[in-house]
Amino acid sequence: MVSKRLVIVDPNKCVGCQLCVLACSQRFGVAGFNKSAIAVRSAGGIERGFVVIVCRACEDPPCARACPVDALIKRRGGGVILNPSKCIGCGMCVEACDIGAVLWDNEWMKPTICTHCGYCVDHCPHGVLALEEVGNDG
Amino acid sequence: MAELDTSYWVSTLSRVLYIDLTKKIFWVEKREDLFSKWLGGIGVATQLYKEEVPKDADPLSPQNAVIFAIGPFTATFPFGSKTVAVFKSPLNGYFAESHAGGRSAVAMRAAGYGAIVIRGASDRPIYIVIDEEKVRFRDAAILWGMRSIVTVGRILREVTPNPGRRAIMRIGRAGEQLVRYANVTTETFRHFGRMGLGAVFGSKKLKAVVIAGNKGYKVPNIAEYRKVYREILDLATKSELMKKYHDLGTPANIIPLNKIGALPTKNFSSRSFEQAEEISGEKIAETMLARRVACAACPTACIHIAALREEYEDEKYFYKIDFLSYDYELIYALGTNLGIGDREGLLKLIRAVEVEGLDAISTGVVLAWATEAYEKGFVSKEDTIVELRWGDWESYINAVHYIVNQPNEFYKYLAMGVEEAARKYGGEDFAIAFNKVEPAGYHTGPLYVIGLITGSRHSHLDAGGYSMDQKILKAGKEIPPPEKAMEMVAEEEAWRQILASLVICYFARGIYKPPLVAKALRSLGYGMSEEDIVKLGKKIYCEKQAIKIREGYDPSKVRIPKRITETPTPLGKIDEEYVRKAVSRVRDVIIKFLGE
Repeated sequence: MVSKRLVIVDPNKCVGCQLCVLACSQRFGVAGFNKSAIAVRSAGGIERGFVVIVCRACEDPPCARACPVDALIKRRGGGVILNPSKCIGCGMCVEACDIGAVLWDNEWMKPTICTHCGYCVDHCPHGVLALEEVGNDG
Repeated sequence: MAELDTSYWVSTLSRVLYIDLTKKIFWVEKREDLFSKWLGGIGVATQLYKEEVPKDADPLSPQNAVIFAIGPFTATFPFGSKTVAVFKSPLNGYFAESHAGGRSAVAMRAAGYGAIVIRGASDRPIYIVIDEEKVRFRDAAILWGMRSIVTVGRILREVTPNPGRRAIMRIGRAGEQLVRYANVTTETFRHFGRMGLGAVFGSKKLKAVVIAGNKGYKVPNIAEYRKVYREILDLATKSELMKKYHDLGTPANIIPLNKIGALPTKNFSSRSFEQAEEISGEKIAETMLARRVACAACPTACIHIAALREEYEDEKYFYKIDFLSYDYELIYALGTNLGIGDREGLLKLIRAVEVEGLDAISTGVVLAWATEAYEKGFVSKEDTIVELRWGDWESYINAVHYIVNQPNEFYKYLAMGVEEAARKYGGEDFAIAFNKVEPAGYHTGPLYVIGLITGSRHSHLDAGGYSMDQKILKAGKEIPPPEKAMEMVAEEEAWRQILASLVICYFARGIYKPPLVAKALRSLGYGMSEEDIVKLGKKIYCEKQAIKIREGYDPSKVRIPKRITETPTPLGKIDEEYVRKAVSRVRDVIIKFLGE
């Protein structure tokens, strides 16, 4: 099976519309930002462009290593999968991710974890995001 | 008319945050009564205005209120990006409305409020920070008087939380100094531009409002919602409807309007500008465009930002780069209408207007009148201090700062708007204002003027009369009889009340037609039919007109500047008689709408 991961093609193309962020929450039937595993903010003022934060699909994810209850399981192709019933909402995973790609759901008090599904890619009007094949691993 | 469902979606919207600046307290009220009946946005804000602002309130006193409102489509559908602000205008003393995007609307929704009401006035400069739970009143002594509004934004960015999900609305020195057409800037490049909201902030000693939150809302009919959402997004990105706004932005209009002779030039004395090419959307994009950005929830990204690169005079190879957003209205008001064809000079003038926090349209029209008044001897160099001459952007930059600093009586009057200035110094024939409001940049024909006189906020976008004029021109048709013209303008304005209640950016009006609006509302659990929606728009139109009439507005008494009827439009000279006949029918239109 071919695994995929979400990548940023060119952050300079980002116009800051945040439709990717809205799309991500939509997967949970929600209008808003609070279930999103992708974030967009200005790079210190809108005139300087935008920072698009997505999970890098690490091969050896620090967030998984930081989890004290093994709620984050390594995902095939990189990154992690959250087992919400194990998660105690301690937030160590958020701390462990230096690029800030583990976001937080204030309602459920658990992390929002990118599943690299590509739903946001279809909502980006300006070609900033793409799904990339990680390789055939059987 | 059918009452709306008090659905779940209504309940998520209906929290109204009340902030009393005098007592420095806040509270939240559930106003399902308003959001179930009036949708949101302008529909709800109009009702809150009726509750908050007494008929005789002085706009710059604590009796005035500032109301921000969003609606059911905010942060929910593409183009649900605008916040409606309602307040009593210090420019003309009437109910006023201004829209802005940036992240303001999405941030309000994420913070959990459908509307925010700001009452009273602080005794000292403050700014307020709003989140899901609380309002913080913070000392703005450090920010007050700061030279540039851009710096104010930079500092607030550092000291408040939630980057990316936050709006920072602030005023510049123009607002502090109560210039009657000062604006409120949000996210550096968007503005509650018209009608002087900045002066109302200033009178309340309110330097800034920061809003942020993290809330999302479960959609009732998710399958249908996703379908409609996709349909709108496809219309936005795969059709031609929004292309113009994305490619060149609103400045795409400079060349076509110049070509047909509808581009106001040198205080509307001419309708085309010989240097229009130099400051056209095409030319600025080719030479200076640095970035296109979007409001939150908008795929189009119409905001065009130019890079202005300047070498320091005293040090070779030492440059500074400023980023400035430009739009059609700025190029008209600060370019063609002042005879400025020097691209860099225009950008520098735009920068001066931006950092002070002034409305660009009003500022340009005021300066154009001042130039002509000086030229014709109504005022002297002693008044103007600088030599005001068409095209001389350096003098205009000085004059912009004088409007804010008000070093003499002349500039005190300029800070009150062109109507007051001309009343004092003369030259009313060429003082371009309707209901004391300086108009946007179209000299297209009579329907535009009818819209300016009768529109509830005297904005070109109330009814888009400039577009009706151009359609008549293109089709080679006759101008409709005045009664018909009035109806066309009012019907369009009434429909736009729905867009402003949802709240949808007017630029997406080509996408959001009644059937689509009804379908999108259904996916959120609303049971309104298309017919209900159209009727509600008319009702809101009437509500707004009634408020203004109560405040003393009389369309039959509005001054029509002579210049407007002297300079021909592409549809010929505007006939004052015709316009008067049309606007005298407003009451009939209201009666008709209410009877439907």
